[in-house]
Amino acid sequence: MAKVLMKGNEAIGEAAIKAGCLNYFAYPITPQTEVAEYLCRRLPEENGVFLQAESEVAASYMLFGAAGAGERVFTTSSSPGISLMGEAISYMAGAQLPAVLVNIMRGGPGLGGILPAQGDYFQATKGGGHGDYRLLTLAPASVQEAVEMVMEAFTLAEKYRNPVMILGDGMLGQMMEPVEFPEGLTTAPSNKDEWATNGMGNRNSNKPNIVKSLFLTDTDLNENNLVLKAKYEEMKKHEIRYESYNTDGDYQLLLVSFGMMSRICKSAIDDLKEEGIEIGLIRPQTLFPFPDEAIRQAVDKPSCKSALSVELNMGQMVEDVERCVHGKRPVSWFGTAGGVIPTPEEVVAEIKRVLG
Amino acid sequence: MAKVFLKPKALADTHTHYCPGCTHGIIHRLVAEVIDELGVQDTTVGVAPVGCSVLAYNYFNFDFQEAAHGRAPAVATGIKRARPDLTVFTYQGDGDLASIGMAEIIHAANRGEKFVTIFVNNAVYGMTGGQMAPTTMPNQISTTSPAGRDVADVGMPIKVAELLAALQTPAFISRQAVLKPKQIFKAKKAIKKAFQYQLEGKCFSMVEVVSTCPTNWGLTPVDSLKWAEDKLLSYYKLGDYKTPEAE
Repeated sequence: MAKVLMKGNEAIGEAAIKAGCLNYFAYPITPQTEVAEYLCRRLPEENGVFLQAESEVAASYMLFGAAGAGERVFTTSSSPGISLMGEAISYMAGAQLPAVLVNIMRGGPGLGGILPAQGDYFQATKGGGHGDYRLLTLAPASVQEAVEMVMEAFTLAEKYRNPVMILGDGMLGQMMEPVEFPEGLTTAPSNKDEWATNGMGNRNSNKPNIVKSLFLTDTDLNENNLVLKAKYEEMKKHEIRYESYNTDGDYQLLLVSFGMMSRICKSAIDDLKEEGIEIGLIRPQTLFPFPDEAIRQAVDKPSCKSALSVELNMGQMVEDVERCVHGKRPVSWFGTAGGVIPTPEEVVAEIKRVLG
Repeated sequence: MAKVFLKPKALADTHTHYCPGCTHGIIHRLVAEVIDELGVQDTTVGVAPVGCSVLAYNYFNFDFQEAAHGRAPAVATGIKRARPDLTVFTYQGDGDLASIGMAEIIHAANRGEKFVTIFVNNAVYGMTGGQMAPTTMPNQISTTSPAGRDVADVGMPIKVAELLAALQTPAFISRQAVLKPKQIFKAKKAIKKAFQYQLEGKCFSMVEVVSTCPTNWGLTPVDSLKWAEDKLLSYYKLGDYKTPEAE
């Protein structure tokens, strides 16, 4: 398929359709409402389901119901809306339902603002809802990567029977870039007859399927948590993705940055290279599972004096970088929140300050 | 010898956890009988609430989803929209539907979602041990209204059937009771109608069923039936509030 110029939000909507997802439930919120405006036109053309829910709470439970019935489901929202979905995300993780959720982040806390931010890193990777669960979290840095990640997210959600979060920001949603939609997407045969409430007669079974996250006895609850834990460990083994940039030579400092912010970091690295200063970058493409080993090895390089986490928030991912570096090198944070986006020059200045 | 009374196929072969005198068992049976009679066991998906009937999925013999507190109508919307060929119903209590889930039920009803809601109203939170519900009667004692419901403080009980019947879209809204055999027969007829409308692709339907809670009312099962008859039915009037035929 030829390249087309598309707005991030619209490309995300089209990617879901191309991945065979025909059930979209959502509630309008800036800066991602274009996804709904796009899909309310496109989904009927594909005989799909588009429904504007009365709230993000309801949208997320419509997702739960349709996912529980064995259908591919998808929603998009932005930070405050994702908070409202936190309850259903926890229930979906507990009930082991596959679903894809996109968070086009805006600044918080509270109503915050509508400008791009990365303040929901903790929410996506450390919880957000209650109980012990994890979301497989993908962080695209371009419209093209967003398309590829959305399409792959459905396969991952079904493989692990777990919700998958795409963590983008307002910049990604609002900007236009050329995109090419991958073709020939293949997915493993579904085992949904084993668990989905798709009607006993439709799977020739006389045994009801029950979709639930309630386990009233301590042994049953523990057992369910162990099943979930085992899946999260499998994700850590098989799904870690990251990009390395300028890490072949002897760099003095390792940057860690994800999503749109990483592109600004790359410009800073290129600028410093011209001055003869080598800086490496690890860009986590999966935020959970986090590329622990890649970061550990990258800072272990003898030339590397320290690590700097650059984020559009007040310092969240830096805690994971500190965990990986484990005191072997100094780790610091640089960032801004809520729409004030650092320039490459500001990142360069911060790197020079850290290097002393 | 001919068998004249059987357990419905749609009912699981198990004991329930419900208290003596509770009418959930009767309502479960009515739903199961209707599903048997309409021959839809193989395509039915129930949605259980949070409350006393949270474990309803153990007592029926077909697919079930367990929703979060109040969210059953949104869950049912997702199921029915994605799979219109399935027969879908929610089974909810008054704390679940009339308090925490009010937004979900109003909007599902107003969109005319093609599923059935069985709304069991016993004027109290049962599962958590007898707290005041939006349906608790004036002066009724509960663990969170120990001096009785003070309507000057928390308002009058919500009449859900009347509230939903005020919407333009939903077409079958009925309130029934299961306090006497005659009422039970009528309740079954209403539940059957609701499921039939769904099979005809007609409309959203809700059957409210006035029920009892001897444990949390602090009454014997027999006294509970009498109290419900006197106190609840004088406020929660029985009957069809909206029918598709009347439209």
